[in-house]
Amino acid sequence: MLGKLDWSAIPFDQPIPLIAGGVVLAGILAVLIWVVVKGHLPYLWHEWITSVDHKRIGVMYILLASVMLLRGGSDAIMMRIQQAIAYQSQGYLPPEHYNQIFSAHGTIMIFFVAMPFVIGLMNLVVPLQLGVRDVAFPTLNSVGFWLTATGALLVNLSLVIGEFARTGWLAFPPLSELSYSPGVGVDYYAWSLQISGVGTLVAGINLVTTVLKLRTKGMNYLRMPMFCWTTLASNLLIVAAFPILTATLAMLLLDRYLGFHFFTNEAGGNVMMFMNLIWAWGHPEVYILVLPAFGIYSEVVSTFSSKPLFGYRSMVLATMAICIISFMVWLHHFFTMGAGPDVNAIFGIASMIIAVPTGVKIYNWLFTMYGGRIRFATPMLWSVGFMVTFIIGGLTGVLVAVPPADFMLHNSMFLVAHFHNVIIGGVLFAAFAGFEYWFPKAFGFRLDERWGKVGFWFTFIGFWVTFMPLYVVGMLGMTRRMQHYDVAEWRPWMLVAAFGMLLLTIGVLAQITQVVVSVRNREALRDRTGDPWDGRSLEWATSSPPPVFNFAFYPDVRGEDAYWALKQHAQEQQLGDHSGPEYQDIEMPRNSPTGFVCAFFATVMGFALIWHIWWMVILGGVGAFATFVVFAWRDHDEYVIPAAEVERIDRINVEERRNLVSLAGTL
Amino acid sequence: MNLLDPQGPVAAANSTILVDSVFIMLAIVVPTIVAILAFAFWFRASNPRANFQPDFVYSGRVEMVVWAIPALTVILLGGVAWIGSHQLDPAAPVPGTGSPVRIQAVSLDWKWLFIYPDQRIATVNTLTVPAGAELNIQLTSSSVMNVFFIPQLGSMIYTMNGMVTKLNLRADNEGKLKGLSAHFSGDGFPDMMFDVNVISPLSFPDWVATTAKTDAVLNEESYKKLMQQGIEKGRPTYRLEDPRLFDLIATQHIPPGPGPQLASEAGRSQSGGQDAR
Repeated sequence: MLGKLDWSAIPFDQPIPLIAGGVVLAGILAVLIWVVVKGHLPYLWHEWITSVDHKRIGVMYILLASVMLLRGGSDAIMMRIQQAIAYQSQGYLPPEHYNQIFSAHGTIMIFFVAMPFVIGLMNLVVPLQLGVRDVAFPTLNSVGFWLTATGALLVNLSLVIGEFARTGWLAFPPLSELSYSPGVGVDYYAWSLQISGVGTLVAGINLVTTVLKLRTKGMNYLRMPMFCWTTLASNLLIVAAFPILTATLAMLLLDRYLGFHFFTNEAGGNVMMFMNLIWAWGHPEVYILVLPAFGIYSEVVSTFSSKPLFGYRSMVLATMAICIISFMVWLHHFFTMGAGPDVNAIFGIASMIIAVPTGVKIYNWLFTMYGGRIRFATPMLWSVGFMVTFIIGGLTGVLVAVPPADFMLHNSMFLVAHFHNVIIGGVLFAAFAGFEYWFPKAFGFRLDERWGKVGFWFTFIGFWVTFMPLYVVGMLGMTRRMQHYDVAEWRPWMLVAAFGMLLLTIGVLAQITQVVVSVRNREALRDRTGDPWDGRSLEWATSSPPPVFNFAFYPDVRGEDAYWALKQHAQEQQLGDHSGPEYQDIEMPRNSPTGFVCAFFATVMGFALIWHIWWMVILGGVGAFATFVVFAWRDHDEYVIPAAEVERIDRINVEERRNLVSLAGTL
Repeated sequence: MNLLDPQGPVAAANSTILVDSVFIMLAIVVPTIVAILAFAFWFRASNPRANFQPDFVYSGRVEMVVWAIPALTVILLGGVAWIGSHQLDPAAPVPGTGSPVRIQAVSLDWKWLFIYPDQRIATVNTLTVPAGAELNIQLTSSSVMNVFFIPQLGSMIYTMNGMVTKLNLRADNEGKLKGLSAHFSGDGFPDMMFDVNVISPLSFPDWVATTAKTDAVLNEESYKKLMQQGIEKGRPTYRLEDPRLFDLIATQHIPPGPGPQLASEAGRSQSGGQDAR
């Protein structure tokens, strides 16, 4: 009836996961009860859960990423403490637990923090920057988000029911095969990623289509803001790479569920095929994350330097070059597997070539600052912090691309330091910069600058204190994923790294405080004009938060930095209103519970697959499919906002803006 | 275990390339970081002496320089990578004094077995080698993937079941070194550290002779016991019964090691047993 599921799946004998899971469950329950008692449920259902508005979906993506950042961060804290104390002892985490923690940390941080954070920002901002009213497939967008949430839910469910994978975040066979990992851990891992992978793929298709097909009048490709370009590149990579991940995990699951032999030791299975396939996805994946990050920095550096982006066309070229080359370098993840010198050298050089367009980007940001008038608001601090940090990550990255150097550094703590250097220093800093930068746009008020800066400095310094020691122990021969060790010379560095983790934790707490303080002071921080940073692209041309239809009139774009040009124009003409066309009715997509219902059934199906509850698998599968069919049979998918209502909403914003322009005119 | 304190020619060459590459890159990285901080500071909005140039958005010369600097660096490093990959190919022989020593390393769950087929002996978790001699190492795995790595001797290499990888090393100075597995392989992974004893070429035959007198015998049967999952705290040594044992393992004539034996996993016992045969 319940497959493999019985009471032994609940880890009553292991206090740490049980308490952690219990606290999370209690938290979720408390929030749910609060929502129901206060009567917020209808609001949540109508305005958020069933919303197909790209801005709302973007916000929900970011919320999911933030919550998962706390989970993944807790894992990180536990690992740093373990390695700080497990010198000549077992520490406080037994191997079977420690191994789950580093596997969950990697999986969560990549798939459920970095990915949803950047996809959330792209969802929120790109349609606004393109001057359009929504993404290409609004309901599919909602489905994508909820499937991602399903994956996150399943990963966290493994905390209290069963176990998570103990194989590392890429679940290399044969360790991840049934013979060596008989538990449900790898199944949790694989099904979570299969389900959320579908979500990511539809998000990718959606955003590619949006950028290619939905641009406002005059928004040529070479007038798009840099963030739209990097979004395009990143989502092209998603569309090309995620099917590889899905296929690879499907093969692993076939091995585990139906006795296939793709990657087993026996019967001609080949583990090297898994290595190749997983990295053929895995390397583009890092560029899927970092390209949008580059886009965010481009927006921020240009805005806060009060200058257009330097060398825009060069940046576009560099972005697309990275997009293409990133597919040709995957082998550098296993130079030490015994490939011949020609193969190693070619992939090593290909990997270095990516550093060229990346270096060009750094120089172009540098020259964007040159001759600028730089305002050091929090997003700009993150960006300058990124440039300094990321260069070091780039240096060590090129270093491990040199095969003979990699022969010493492969899988070492040096490598761990390198990829945290580029993912924290590149992607996470960008996520925070984007969060600070676009928060006023999403919610209509700015974030508290003082707490933002406290958060930045603690995170920035904390990062260096945590990860520079890992470079050092890597040079001292320490490999990754060690639950305990006996080498005295590693110990002091692990203590320093643990202290750095404390600083990072304070940084995160400061950022949480920042949000709380800002919500309290929201009236004082209110952004009435929709343009709090003196922005340059079209998202600042509408109110904060934007109306559901984004723009009453499709903006007419005449060059790069569309909104900046508009502002200049308005100042010259002393005009701030639309004297042109009449307001018209606007059709917007109706909200739909399809995404939520579909994800509910996907959760049921995923859980049942993990525990071999076959009747429930059928139930979940049929349910998810039926939801799609019902949606496909819909008669009305749009509703009309009457012209009078559009006019009423838009007038308010126009008034505020006119005040801004006349104010600017007097200065 | 300091990578910058190499004890053999491979490690020395690896670490030279490592250090040289870092310095080549620092030559452009340091000025760039300085420029970032300097520009960010000088062009702050509150600096009245900074020259505001909002129209400085393109310059052909600057573009050429910013594409050229990373490109030239990469061309230089690409040369280093190409030559280094060929000279330091793990499969390429490393000439030494005296006759080469053949070693066959097998990663087990969770210990290292070192077979000396020519000397008809085997050791667990200790690798004893003569200084200065060429070491021809063949590697395979009894079960999951591992990576054989002695940091101060250089180049690591994967071990995989059903496959043989090759690595050639040389240890130049007598002394004690440490080796480890550099690829996560399960619960006992951190205990896969092993001792490397580099002894004088003169005492190596004595060590071989002493070891060959060990009572314990390594044959198919005792190997199957050894490959059960577990941690080995001691440093057992064996007489080798069949010098072809490694080939039997590598060609899967001896089936791969079993995974965890969980009696409680009732629904699993069938397939688990099948894999373990």
